[in-house]
Amino acid sequence: MLKTFPKGGIHPAENKITSDKAIKRMAVPKVVYVPIAQHIGIPSEIVVDRKDKVVIGQVIARSGGFVSTNIHSPVAGTVTKLDMIVDSSGYKKQCIVIRTDQKDESNFREVEYTLLEDILMSPKDILQRISDFGIVGLGGATFPSHVKLTVKEDKKIDCLIINGVECEPYLTADHRLMLEKADEIIVGIRILMHALHVDKAVIGIENNKKDAIEVLRKAAQSDDRIQVAALQVKYPQGSEKQLIKAILKREVPKNGLPLDVGVIVHNVGTIYAIYQAVQHDQPLIERVVTVTGKHLEEPSNFWVKIGTPVKDLVAEVGGIPEGTRKIVNGGPMMGKAIKSTDVPITKGTSGILVISEEEASRKEPKNCIRCGECVFVCPMGLEPHLLMNLTEKGLYERAANEDVMTCIECGSCSYVCPSHRPLLDYIRFGKSIVKKLETTRN
Amino acid sequence: MSDQTIVISASPHIHSARTSQKLMYDVLIALIPAFLMSIYLFGISALVLTSVAVASCLLFEYLIQKYLLKTEVTTSDGSALLTGILLAFNLPASLPIWMVVVGSLVAIGVAKLSFGGLGNNIFNPALVGRVFLLVSFPVQMTTWPVPVENITTLADATTGATTLGIIKEELMYGGTMSTISSKIPSTADLLLGISGGSIGEMSALALLLGGMYMLARRVITWHIPVAVLLSMGAVTGLFWLIDPEQYANPVIHLLAGGAILGAFYMATDLVTSPMTKKGMVVFAIGIGVITAVIRLFGAYPEGISFAILIMNAFVPLIDTYFKPRRFGNPIKSKIVQ
Repeated sequence: MLKTFPKGGIHPAENKITSDKAIKRMAVPKVVYVPIAQHIGIPSEIVVDRKDKVVIGQVIARSGGFVSTNIHSPVAGTVTKLDMIVDSSGYKKQCIVIRTDQKDESNFREVEYTLLEDILMSPKDILQRISDFGIVGLGGATFPSHVKLTVKEDKKIDCLIINGVECEPYLTADHRLMLEKADEIIVGIRILMHALHVDKAVIGIENNKKDAIEVLRKAAQSDDRIQVAALQVKYPQGSEKQLIKAILKREVPKNGLPLDVGVIVHNVGTIYAIYQAVQHDQPLIERVVTVTGKHLEEPSNFWVKIGTPVKDLVAEVGGIPEGTRKIVNGGPMMGKAIKSTDVPITKGTSGILVISEEEASRKEPKNCIRCGECVFVCPMGLEPHLLMNLTEKGLYERAANEDVMTCIECGSCSYVCPSHRPLLDYIRFGKSIVKKLETTRN
Repeated sequence: MSDQTIVISASPHIHSARTSQKLMYDVLIALIPAFLMSIYLFGISALVLTSVAVASCLLFEYLIQKYLLKTEVTTSDGSALLTGILLAFNLPASLPIWMVVVGSLVAIGVAKLSFGGLGNNIFNPALVGRVFLLVSFPVQMTTWPVPVENITTLADATTGATTLGIIKEELMYGGTMSTISSKIPSTADLLLGISGGSIGEMSALALLLGGMYMLARRVITWHIPVAVLLSMGAVTGLFWLIDPEQYANPVIHLLAGGAILGAFYMATDLVTSPMTKKGMVVFAIGIGVITAVIRLFGAYPEGISFAILIMNAFVPLIDTYFKPRRFGNPIKSKIVQ
């Protein structure tokens, strides 16, 4: 029996059409748009000005506080504007616009790094490096990694979990990275184990990526502190709480953190970024992005510079086809629909999904037939139909009592509802009101 | 591509393609074996009865929604169709047609639409229709034609009694199970449906076949049917162990009458059953126990319709008390102020 979390979950069509497409390096864009709020927390502070020349990896926005991080220039070029542009959230955000210097050969140099296995830095220096080099959670949450790695005195960590689940349909960025950079990822894991003084690490991978499981098992052979756990294919297993439950059978308490059960979880992409930062002095200026969709000409995986406009990236796969109705930043379950392809790729972009007319249209909601499917699939043990009902009626206090705030917004309820009720839309709205009520009360 | 063609909506961006309509049609498919059996056993009568019930349910829903409530007409969602079939399945083959029409009006008009239509009704509409007919027309509703096994004949030529009816009556007049056993159908006949009763409840085998289909298609889960039948079997079995001469054995109770039809098709009605698995089990045990008590000690030989309707009334309460276990939190069930 493969491990998995016990309560709820769904299994949508996987549609991993790009899983055998090696990661290609995307052509360096002419202009990059780097938002200063790419992570959860305080936006970074811009430290460059118009007409400044910048080099690759130079800090262009400095960390604005503890829960914040540095942002580095992805290209060598000239700052042309500091402007407000719409990012994937749909809101206008402060951006640093840099025109790539076409004559600067550092933009076009392709460096092949050799594997560096020996870890020379001290734990303290490693954490400082992660903080300085702009590493954030690349699974999508974009939480600054050094914050997650800062363990208070009274907490004891005994296991590091590496999230290679990639449970979202369509996305294959992590899958390809695990196949192509397995040795680097293992070194990255050892770096974190060294930094955290932890002597157990488990890489969780769903069983639809058997090749990645095999490759990583082989790469981890020499180090018996690192294990690979094959997991049953079930969404949302990539959610931190569900993954910890699946691998260690530990349950993160309500309103708690993985630290409360002695665990830290990091995405494989983050681990690779940490390896690059610690061993090769490379700040986080690029990431793997899956560009996919059933009717794209050549869907594939790419190394993409942060700040690349989505339109440059989709041009690489043959452009947006006729009949496209939706463009999603991320996967189909939790990704955000974007209004325009001018939106830049940020540290949190794991995929660009292009959805056609017939897949995109939502059906008219009907009466709830009380089938209970939403209750069965909710991985948090909530009652989505009830939460929607309470929110619809404005009974926010009761929604709070029914644990609306613990919803992880995985969308399983809306996915299964046979009456096409917009359960998650209402729950999100309810959460925002409850949050407001809680802040005003405190 | 112009930006006008791009839609923005919140996640998730995909859907399982399951619809309430498809669920209804899966139940209809599951009812096919029992429907064919009813035609085989009662001939044209069963066909006429079912057609009239379905047609009048659809018609009443259409007329009431269109002209009385002036709301959207929802006859295409399959639920009125299903109500019609389930109502017919709970009626004797010889029932006068106009009574079938009255039953349909009560089922759709009173039990379903007056509560706000599909999803809002507290009681199972088909059962409300049936029970209304049973208390209004007790004679016609308990006149059971003997199966003719000839599809061209009408069924009301000869009449008999249901297995449970025979047992109840004989026991009342001092009979014992050993004397009664020769007067009731064998277990094999009960499985096939060679006995008296409502047109759809006859063949246990045909109903179980459809039940398996619904389980396989995940239209229903095992919790309700299994818990209804087990708890009913347990209560009737207990009394049978105490005195096998005064109480029929649990196998007869499970196979005769409407136990299987009720457990698989009526109690599992999505709208009128609880939404958590724990709640479903509690609800189903209630049905099983009440059915057994009515059958053993009540005035009626059969009681599953009443049992389901009684437990339907408890569903909101069950949903309040039997909540799913919250992740990262101890089990919590509290009364909501």
